[in-house]
Amino acid sequence: MSNATLVSTTVNGDPVQFACPTDESLMTALRNRVGLTGVKEGCGTGDCGACSVTLDGSLVCSCLVLGVEAEGRKVTTVEGLSENGELHVLQQKFIDHAALQCGICTPGFLVAAKALLDRNPNPNETEIRYALAGNLCRCTGYDKIVHAVQDAAKDMRKNNNRSKKRS
Amino acid sequence: MRYATPASAKEAAGLLSKEKGAAFLLAGGTDLLVKLKMGMVEPDLVVDIKRIPKINEIQTSAKGFTIGAAVSGAVIGEHKGLNAAWPGVVEAANLIGSDQIQGRATLAGNLCNASPAADSVPAMIVAGAKAVIVGPNKKRTVPVEKVVEGPGKTCLTKGEVIEAIVLPKPEPRTGDAYMRFIPRTEMDIAVVGVAISLKLERGVVKKAKVALGAVAPTAVVVPAAARALVGSKLDDASLEKLAAACSAACNPIDDKRGTVEYRTRVAGVLAKRAAKLAFQRAGGAL
Repeated sequence: MSNATLVSTTVNGDPVQFACPTDESLMTALRNRVGLTGVKEGCGTGDCGACSVTLDGSLVCSCLVLGVEAEGRKVTTVEGLSENGELHVLQQKFIDHAALQCGICTPGFLVAAKALLDRNPNPNETEIRYALAGNLCRCTGYDKIVHAVQDAAKDMRKNNNRSKKRS
Repeated sequence: MRYATPASAKEAAGLLSKEKGAAFLLAGGTDLLVKLKMGMVEPDLVVDIKRIPKINEIQTSAKGFTIGAAVSGAVIGEHKGLNAAWPGVVEAANLIGSDQIQGRATLAGNLCNASPAADSVPAMIVAGAKAVIVGPNKKRTVPVEKVVEGPGKTCLTKGEVIEAIVLPKPEPRTGDAYMRFIPRTEMDIAVVGVAISLKLERGVVKKAKVALGAVAPTAVVVPAAARALVGSKLDDASLEKLAAACSAACNPIDDKRGTVEYRTRVAGVLAKRAAKLAFQRAGGAL
């Protein structure tokens, strides 16, 4: 039995406190203690990327992070992508392109794709495929996912240019 | 399981050395958490070193680079100075796992996990990297090639912690490269890995170092392969000698990723390619 530890952290911009055993993964803590079930468990060993979140801005598998490591850090999950009740462009494009079937891998793909586009707003197909190589999908065959990310990147660049012109 | 976040490497070493139960160090956690999940380890104490000041930083000085033990592959990949000085070390570090793994995985962790197929280890060896090891009572600096003693086994004694990996400033006209063969394009374990660094003088190889990964219980330094390059402009005859020396140094296992014969052959092929890349990076004309 592991000792429960109180963890104070920031999740999707909100201060959050939870108590978890020291050997519990951040993935399990986010799902079972914070209630963010968009974080999915695929393999639990860092191979599939379904549990992807960002931790202080770095893309990580939350199954390979202890819950207690989140103390004082900033965590972003798929639930943090939408703003004011509106889907993020990536989320909308995944729907438009039917880039999902069962949906288990989708939150991880969205978080990883967002991390890619934050770093590289105009990735080519190869760059997208490499950046998403840590996310496994057993339904779609990846083409639709790549198309959705390309399309979202196009819209996001347009929106960025528009807001730059406005300011 | 108790979880500790010491404020210095010495404190970490003290905690690990005093622990009577099973104690593990946590940096990126990409190996430790998998072992935890699989039930391969049952820690009484986990010592997380990421709260130690400077352990998440790369420091540059006139002598070279000090890469803190918790610096992730992603941070290494974005460091302009390291990319310019030791591109082979950076590419080896960045080949490990996905972007998610790169967000956490460290050079020191790749070294301490002591896998025969660790990508960054041959690259660090040929770059002349050293591990700064802090124990409860003393500090020592050990060349990377002396750290790993066998699969999963290092020279670290109870309580010892790697605080940083130190890379020298490269001499002028030095180039390094790391290449590996995997059956897929990404996310796999090396069947063979080859790292080469060389220094040129008037277009001729003056000094060289060659190390192989995944073809023996530990990474192997191959002096005969380095000798094949010294004095040459990488003509076909010296490249053939290099390949033969690398293949002769192989003592691999047979597994689903590659047979003994295959690994032995590929080591030579990859060595020729890595030598050419290192040569070009050193400013040599092929």
